[in-house]
Amino acid sequence: MSLNIIMSLVAVVVLGAIAFVGGSVPGLQSVFGIWIPYAAVAVFFLGFAYRIFKWAKSPVPFRIPTTCGQQKSLSWIKQNKIDNPSSTKAVILRMFFEIVTFRSLFRNTKSEIKGDRISYEWEIWLWLAALAFHYSFLAVLFRHLRFFLEPVPYCVKIVETLDSFFQVGLPVVFASGIVLFAAVLYLFARRVMIPQVKYISLIADYFPLFLILGIAGTGLYMRYFLRVDIVAIKTLTMGLVTLKPLIPANVSSMLFVHLFLISTLLVYFPFSKLMHMGGVFLSPTRNMANNSRMKRHINPWNPDLEFVTYEKYENDFREKMIEAGLPVEKES
Amino acid sequence: MDIKPEEMIKINTKPPAKHWMDIPADLSEGKFCYPAKAKSLEYLHLPNPRDWSPADEDWKLPENWQQIIHEGFKERLDKYRSLKVFMDVCVRCGACADKCHFYIGSGDPKNMPVLRAELLRSIYRNDFTTLGKIFGRLAGARKLTPLVIKEWFSYFYQCTECRRCSVFCPYGIDTAEITMMARELLNLIGVNIHWIKDPVSNCSRTGNHLGIQPQNFKEIIEFFCEDIEEITGVAINPSFNRKGAEVLFVTPSGDAFADPGTYTFMGYLMLFEHIGLDYTLSTYASEGGNFGLFTSSDMMKKLNAKMYHEAKRLGVKYIIGGECGHMWRVINQYMDTMNGPADFLDVPKSPITGTVFENAASTKMIHIAEFTADLIKHNKLKLDPKRNDHLKVTWHDSCNTARAMGLLDEPRHVLNAVCNNVFEMPPSTTREYTFCCGSGSGTNTEEIMEQRLRGGLPRANAVKYVHDKYGVNMLGCVCAIDRAVLPPLMNYWVPGVEVTGLHELVGNALVMDGEIERTMNLRMEDLPGAEGDSDE
Repeated sequence: MSLNIIMSLVAVVVLGAIAFVGGSVPGLQSVFGIWIPYAAVAVFFLGFAYRIFKWAKSPVPFRIPTTCGQQKSLSWIKQNKIDNPSSTKAVILRMFFEIVTFRSLFRNTKSEIKGDRISYEWEIWLWLAALAFHYSFLAVLFRHLRFFLEPVPYCVKIVETLDSFFQVGLPVVFASGIVLFAAVLYLFARRVMIPQVKYISLIADYFPLFLILGIAGTGLYMRYFLRVDIVAIKTLTMGLVTLKPLIPANVSSMLFVHLFLISTLLVYFPFSKLMHMGGVFLSPTRNMANNSRMKRHINPWNPDLEFVTYEKYENDFREKMIEAGLPVEKES
Repeated sequence: MDIKPEEMIKINTKPPAKHWMDIPADLSEGKFCYPAKAKSLEYLHLPNPRDWSPADEDWKLPENWQQIIHEGFKERLDKYRSLKVFMDVCVRCGACADKCHFYIGSGDPKNMPVLRAELLRSIYRNDFTTLGKIFGRLAGARKLTPLVIKEWFSYFYQCTECRRCSVFCPYGIDTAEITMMARELLNLIGVNIHWIKDPVSNCSRTGNHLGIQPQNFKEIIEFFCEDIEEITGVAINPSFNRKGAEVLFVTPSGDAFADPGTYTFMGYLMLFEHIGLDYTLSTYASEGGNFGLFTSSDMMKKLNAKMYHEAKRLGVKYIIGGECGHMWRVINQYMDTMNGPADFLDVPKSPITGTVFENAASTKMIHIAEFTADLIKHNKLKLDPKRNDHLKVTWHDSCNTARAMGLLDEPRHVLNAVCNNVFEMPPSTTREYTFCCGSGSGTNTEEIMEQRLRGGLPRANAVKYVHDKYGVNMLGCVCAIDRAVLPPLMNYWVPGVEVTGLHELVGNALVMDGEIERTMNLRMEDLPGAEGDSDE
């Protein structure tokens, strides 16, 4: 195991331990249950907005979409409108597929040299795991609205019903939590087991994985093993959203671990690679139309530069040009 | 090449035990491009001209080089959203890793696009992020040392800006963009390569990369015309620098200079003669390519400025551009923004078919493959594809026309009209998935031949597939650099496959008015079956 993995794991374990101890001390419960979550949410939103603002502040001087299909040219040649969009509508469609279905990742192949031949096989697992991870995370997040809204909205209940589709016995088992946990494990295993990916991996890659593993793990543990007091938890969460925070009795210390790891994630988010969530919308190779021959794109800092004009050129070569019978502007 | 192909293809993909930050770049002879000469830099008014070698310990960097790089980096972060976003959003999923031809061909982890970007990102973190400043290497940051500059020089000239990785990246991170920025930074401290700077300085003065002076340019073309007359019996007299022509034709100077590009140039001349196009060539705007693209956006703009400048002076209506890869990246994605608006030109309209090229409504410049495909679609060309029957052709999509434009079906339409035997390479290696020739972005220089052959391996291997399976013996392309570099690549990996431009094939199939019976192709090789020969 590399140092990066150990340090990331240790960091998450230490964070969890701090919260566990803190959550067991009555005087500190409000710190871990109220003030840190409040601060984390604030940092998340402000940080997120700040990062987006910082990106958006830099202009996009050139129109540089990566074209992944036939351009719009002659009327009888079929354009690939999604992968080589020329209109805003098509760009929106391209972005939609990119963000909702991870279209580019779907293309993933694995190259291998066998004897004197290089083969390229479709490699679907990263795409599948990424999709499973993000959508199960979204489902889990959405289901958690139950803790922040009273009465629980109908749509949350629908998602819960769908999520517990494969249920056997009680308590109701939500697929999303388990898929999330499994997908993170897969992403971690992949990172460690593919030598090339391991070679490029930083703490910044392992830490969020362990953090999310910790969050999902504590959640699953509370729900299926500890069978924590849900009413107490909802009292706490409702207190948070209604800005009348309170720490009810009977709250499991594990909840403070859960909350603290989430708070860590929220604070860490805007300053990490997790900002790919916002960045993907701003990627110039994906969010621009390939129409720069149809419509002029403006560069706000387009510099005025001196170049070798025809006049200078002719001055340099006039005699030779005349001798060769080439037309000139000035005879001497 | 000392290494045999069967040895070179044995590639070790196991990453080294040492951390990549602790492995200095290999800058022994044969592993680097020769540096730019002092006089080229002086002519171009670029910083720090001097004589040096990458093999030297001391690169004679300017005294405050670290400050120059830091400020240059900051300036570019403020000017390019792409750079800023690409520095921040990579999750190191590794999807790009084995998409790079240099990685596939070398197994060197620093050739994985993700790690190539980390070479720059590590400095970005150190200089511009809080976590990087506090945690240093734990946060993936490192200090800017001379070894970092050496590593940049090595690996940002092992990227050909082909954009294949960008197709697969879930965030569209484009290593071409990162390489362009890194090269701009290196240029600020006078670290640049001869093979790029020499053409750039030539192009500034003579109008083309090869330094062909006006009288010589005219002679070369006239020489082509003599050959054409010998082959076809048709005399052609193209005009030069002629005011009032309808069209200005600009193509890479490589096509005027070296085989097999020269045959492509002959194909253009024959086509234009055949349809009676009112066009002129310019000795001043005699370069379609733009090695400025491989230097800096400023240099790109300066070299590109000549096209519109000359079009305006000559009073033409629009411009047709020849077959070239990176030239078309510049024209499609940069020209109008940099040097437009071209409001003195008209929207291109084919005088033969009446087709209006709305897709070039602003830039007013069309690709010859678009122009010719339109002619063929309207049955305006008399073609005899049987003349190309001895060829089994496969099609190489050039990186830039594929991934920075999307010119995919136009050349195929032309190809299928002029050749009867066309075989596509496997789909994971064509169209937007096409593999680079391994020598693009100004790295087509002799001294790094091993790097070029390794980088070209995936392309060559796909050609070998159709060569073995269908007996393909000709590789077609629309790129001048391809025409220069694919022949040695084929010679090494797939002997028996030659390289051609699209319009060489057109020229061979074209039945011109008043021509004699063809017994030779444009290469002056006897046509099989001609002069009453039997096929046996």
